Amino acid sequence: MSAVISIREISKSYGELKALHDTSFQVEEGAVFGLIGPDGAGKTTLFRILATLILPDTGQATIGGLDVVKDYRKLRLKLGYMPGRFSLYQDLTVEENLGFFASVFGTTIRKNYDLIAPIYSQIEPFKSRRAGALSGGMKQKLALCCALIHRPEVLLLDEPGTGVDPVSRQEFWEMLATLKNEGITILVSTPNMDEAALCNKVALIQHGKILAEDQPEGIIQSFKNPLWAVRSENMYQLIKDLRMYDGAADCYAFGEYARLKLHPAPVELTTGDNASGQRQTEAAIKTYLQQKNHQKIEMFPAKATIEDCFIDLVSA
Amino acid sequence: MGRFLAFIRKEFRHILRDRRTLLILFGMPVAQVLLFGFVLTNEIKNASIAVLDHSKDVETTALSNKLASSGYFHIDKNLASEQELEPAFRSGKIKLAVVFPPNFAENAGRDGAAVQLIGDASDPNTATTLINYANAIVLDFQREKAAASGANGGLFLINAETSMRYNPEQKGAFNFVPGVMTLILMLVSAMMTSITIAREKEMGTMEVLLVSPLRPLQIILGKTTPYLVLSMANAIVVVLLGIVVFGMPMRGSILLLAGECLLYMFVALSLGIFISTRAKDQMTAMFMSGLGLLMPTMLLSGFIFPRESMPKVLQYIGNIIPASWFNPIVKGIMIKGVGLEALWTHTIILGLMALVFLVLSLKNFKDRL
Repeated sequence: MSAVISIREISKSYGELKALHDTSFQVEEGAVFGLIGPDGAGKTTLFRILATLILPDTGQATIGGLDVVKDYRKLRLKLGYMPGRFSLYQDLTVEENLGFFASVFGTTIRKNYDLIAPIYSQIEPFKSRRAGALSGGMKQKLALCCALIHRPEVLLLDEPGTGVDPVSRQEFWEMLATLKNEGITILVSTPNMDEAALCNKVALIQHGKILAEDQPEGIIQSFKNPLWAVRSENMYQLIKDLRMYDGAADCYAFGEYARLKLHPAPVELTTGDNASGQRQTEAAIKTYLQQKNHQKIEMFPAKATIEDCFIDLVSA
Repeated sequence: MGRFLAFIRKEFRHILRDRRTLLILFGMPVAQVLLFGFVLTNEIKNASIAVLDHSKDVETTALSNKLASSGYFHIDKNLASEQELEPAFRSGKIKLAVVFPPNFAENAGRDGAAVQLIGDASDPNTATTLINYANAIVLDFQREKAAASGANGGLFLINAETSMRYNPEQKGAFNFVPGVMTLILMLVSAMMTSITIAREKEMGTMEVLLVSPLRPLQIILGKTTPYLVLSMANAIVVVLLGIVVFGMPMRGSILLLAGECLLYMFVALSLGIFISTRAKDQMTAMFMSGLGLLMPTMLLSGFIFPRESMPKVLQYIGNIIPASWFNPIVKGIMIKGVGLEALWTHTIILGLMALVFLVLSLKNFKDRL
């Protein structure tokens, strides 16, 4: 498969602030590529450069072979761009919004109805309602329809999940999967690490630098440390104590449990029975915590998630 | 073309659905014309005057009666001597005194009689207005008499300099209808366009528009065309109100007036676009157009204060305000009935202004963020 989006050493600064730092990656045709990182990581800046809205300081990017700086006019015809903020006309109805964007791109709703039908059919019952009166999830679907109405080759979705409830977000990702089948290449950014698993490939970004780029499973597999979920009655003290534990590489809050990342086990231990190795580790940690007066200790081995990998990469 | 029409249709929807915009667009012009017409008018009615008549003949009595019956004056006092003038003014009751010297009728029939009009200059505006009223009436009287007594029997009267030749009764409407027009068109064209473009930026929709195949010129024209249409409608409303409610004349060519309005709107629209290329949000656009355009248009263009009496510096500043050139055009066409031959300098200057601002705003309108 060939690369549709190709980003080579793009840098962009806003005054003193370096938003992007020699960023490079490629997105293959028909992929759902996730750009994952916290707020302020440089995601929106990169999207705006790709959407031909701002110019990079250095570096190059092409989409479908077209340069984002030189060929921006031609490129704009092929792009579907959905900015992070809800940017539709609040005072126009659902249908008017869609119709407007269709005619701006020289097409009609009917012509490309089949493409948007799976999404649009969900909001069609409200087509005479003003966009401003829609719920977050419906706004997002409408925005997606508007970005898709001209059958773009590449879809740029900047944080589409913001301000949307979890159910709608789930639906949204399912829709992206169907669009993928239409051959549309999708670059999507999100601060939610748990959405990474829904992409074919992800790049983790922080402070304008790409930390890792791989398939989600690949990134998770690259996480080599033993990982435990631990809890006790005093979580705050627990995390403090676990950080002092001899074999601990890191410990951080993660939902209801504390995540304990241990140093990779010595070779002689891993060669033995894994289960017995785990039992030994568990016993050792429990003893340590009991000495520190922790009550109701619960712990079990945890599977690394993208977030663990991210924290790992950031602290490295 | 379909793109462009879709854009205009969308823009009209924005306007028609926003009550505030509608109010500014259609409420303002009517309210302003009526307000300026009825409240802020500098027309004076029933002013108290005093008459000091040394002749007491047929003509002076006739003229006094004509003054009194004009509706503008009410003869409060008949004075007996010059000594009574000062106390009469001091009491503040009278605004104007009319003094007839002895042998008025005789002199008038021979080498000319004199009449003295004394205004209370502690209120110069009122005094000027009243003297002009009185002057007009005296002139009128003279004309009637001259016509009645044949070609050689003209009266000769003292006249203060009359600069109000075309507006002998100095009707307020003659001044404020063109003034309101310059103001409203500036408001609608410049302010509304700058706000509407700034709104797209503020709402984030500009981002999407820019990524679309729409060209900057298409966006600009799509944004301005609806306001051009609405401005024209406004101009018609203001002119009609002026004519119907306040008795403005329409002596010149309506077509010429419409053409000049269109030109002025182009200037205002391009100014609005220029502002919007600089303003990031609606508030900034509003302040920039409010302070930068409306205030000078109101204060420096000669709408409220005569430009002739301004300090030189302000007159120069006034020269770069489009309204200063448009105001005389409207007055010229409506009141004097002049044609393009008298207005071409003004027209060319407005045209140049439109060109400069249009080029500036196109240069400044970025098709990136």
